Amino acid sequence: MLTMAGVNRRKFLQTTAASAAGLTLGTASFRAARAATDLTVGVIYVGARDDFGWNQAHAVAVQALKGVPGVKVVEEENVPETDAVAKTMESMINLDGAALILPTSFGYYSPFMIEEAKSHPDVQFRHAAPLWTDKDPKNAGSYFAFLDQAHYIDGVAAGAASVSGKLGFVAAKPIGIVLRNINSFLLGARTVNPKATCQVIFTGEWSLPVREAEATNALVDAGCDLITCHVDGPKVVIQTAESRGVKTCGHNASQAPLAPKGFVTGAEYKWITIYKGFAELLGKGQPLPNITFGGYDKDMVQNTPYGAGATDKARMAADAAIKDLKAGKPIWTTAVKDNKGQVVLPNAPYDNYAPDLNSMTYLIEGVIGSAS
Amino acid sequence: MSDVADPTVPLHGAALDRASAGKSPTLMRLRAASEFIVIPVLAVMAAFLLFSLFLLAIGKSPLTFLSLLWLGGFGTAFSWGNTLQRASPLILTALAVAVPAQLGLTVIGGEGALVLGGFAAAAIAVPFVGTGMPALIVMPLMIVFALAAGGLWVGLAGWLRYRRGVNETISSLLLSYIAIAIMNFFVEGPMRDLNQPMKASTLPIGTAYMVPAMPHLSVHWGFATGVVLALVLGVLMQRTTFGFAAKITGGNMRAAQAQGLPVGRLILTCALISGACAGLAGYFEVAAVQGRANASLAAGYGFTGILVSFLARHNPIAVVPVAILFGGLGAAGGIVQRRMGMPDATVLVLQGFIFVVLLASETLYGRFRIFQMGGSGGRA
Repeated sequence: MLTMAGVNRRKFLQTTAASAAGLTLGTASFRAARAATDLTVGVIYVGARDDFGWNQAHAVAVQALKGVPGVKVVEEENVPETDAVAKTMESMINLDGAALILPTSFGYYSPFMIEEAKSHPDVQFRHAAPLWTDKDPKNAGSYFAFLDQAHYIDGVAAGAASVSGKLGFVAAKPIGIVLRNINSFLLGARTVNPKATCQVIFTGEWSLPVREAEATNALVDAGCDLITCHVDGPKVVIQTAESRGVKTCGHNASQAPLAPKGFVTGAEYKWITIYKGFAELLGKGQPLPNITFGGYDKDMVQNTPYGAGATDKARMAADAAIKDLKAGKPIWTTAVKDNKGQVVLPNAPYDNYAPDLNSMTYLIEGVIGSAS
Repeated sequence: MSDVADPTVPLHGAALDRASAGKSPTLMRLRAASEFIVIPVLAVMAAFLLFSLFLLAIGKSPLTFLSLLWLGGFGTAFSWGNTLQRASPLILTALAVAVPAQLGLTVIGGEGALVLGGFAAAAIAVPFVGTGMPALIVMPLMIVFALAAGGLWVGLAGWLRYRRGVNETISSLLLSYIAIAIMNFFVEGPMRDLNQPMKASTLPIGTAYMVPAMPHLSVHWGFATGVVLALVLGVLMQRTTFGFAAKITGGNMRAAQAQGLPVGRLILTCALISGACAGLAGYFEVAAVQGRANASLAAGYGFTGILVSFLARHNPIAVVPVAILFGGLGAAGGIVQRRMGMPDATVLVLQGFIFVVLLASETLYGRFRIFQMGGSGGRA
């Protein structure tokens, strides 16, 4: 966020155009070239905008989008993944004149966003998950960022900041994207402390605050001195860990204010890069890419500024690792074993966007827990 | 909870006798009936007034709010479509509360029956996808399964109440969580669509078995079904011996037993109807909205239905306008958020005001002479 404020418009246009060209896997024909002065963007959230998590990460970026000249943003929160979201999209189009809709929750995609895209060919729809295929409407698309890269940095910092080397991870569901974040976190930690372990507890739901608190306490009781998580709203995990006197790494948005003593860093999305890119393209009447994705190298993820829990060693190690990722250096450099002894990822090294990494069904050696 | 328990009702009867001497009975009936419209309307207006004060206190314009409420909920054809679509599941889930309420039973497990009904409908439809089995066979089958699954679930709470004396409020709520867990078990396990890695769902039921929108409206058939069902259940509860027996039982179960009324059968039947209504809501969520069963079925319609039924004083017919009011508030909530920059909770505050003022207004019935037949009644 800080870096964006200093970028001037010309330079921004250049970089955005360049990255958009690089990222475009398909392009949409865009019927009406709209003037920069009348772009209304509708953003839809599944929860509260101040949830310290997924929704907040989007909302923070949307705030910055509001500063773009000629862009008007309308937002609606707590919209369930039912036909209510279809009506919200229609309402934004019919009553607010929205020309770009950004539904940010997974379950909005099918059937709701797809149907709306079919019946409103003049409106652009971009959805925050890797779901769009070329069988879907051309005025629809997907955007997403690879948060595992920032979790890897979390791990690097955590490996250095933890005294015991026992890390704890509170996770929602054992699905690919979550398993990848857990594995990347431990892989990062092991670059600093090869003996580090990561104990994981799955709560089974995206948002289950009571069980998240129980899991955090259980991990601390088991000897973990640094806790991180992948749940929708990490607030409870971070606060509970802070009250137990252990260090924390965040997820999705900045949780630094919640843990003034133990916060190390956190894996954060940087949606603003994508959103501003969309706004600029539409303002110039250019088509939006159907698929936009990236990580550190595309400035789409970031780590929360270091908190009091980050030691000097942790800061230096993480800074160096960030530099590597920005240069496109791969995370998965060698074949590894899963925690049942099977060799996984035999064809390493992998590019950070390699499809094989999207479908992890296992936890790597050193992770204590079961993926099934 | 039930009208029978209301001490003013016999007074109306007595007043009718006294008054039948001089004035037209139809006119007097109308006047008496208008009490049930005028008081709620005044209460809703009072709630809006209170809410306006709240808005002024936080520095927002009540006039802007009201005009947005109108625009978003009722002002355009699109707004009406939005409102009625949101009202559709609420009518059915409110009926699931209103029907057992006639017996004095407070069933709050509609959510579970909805989820199970929707899941059953999807579960029976999925194997037929791609087999070419005509919709004319599969769709009724889905409805039957939805009705049965929902009905059995709340019916179980009714049976427990009658046979074992288990409090139906608690048992229906707990059964509701079990129902959601059952659906989650199947959609995350044996029936999972593996093409949906991030959100556990059943396979899609396919467009052939989906319920279309009503002609000229962007509202699915669940709305019309809800309205018809509300009318049918209204007549059943107010114009038949079954409804009369239910009300007697609701007034005093032991007295009803002493009179030889089949109390057990009444409880079980009402519980089955209740669950079937919620199950039907689940059917429409799957067949008209989601196209598959997943955790989005538990969207809280079952719980909002409780509120709607209470505000409609458990009158099945009154459920329809109250559900539309709630649908309108929900529809307008979005534009209020967007245009006024207010949080989603704003509309919840308004709903809270309406709920409290309406409940408080319950004490006003029978207190105004103007509504009494013969014009001289009042609370004796």
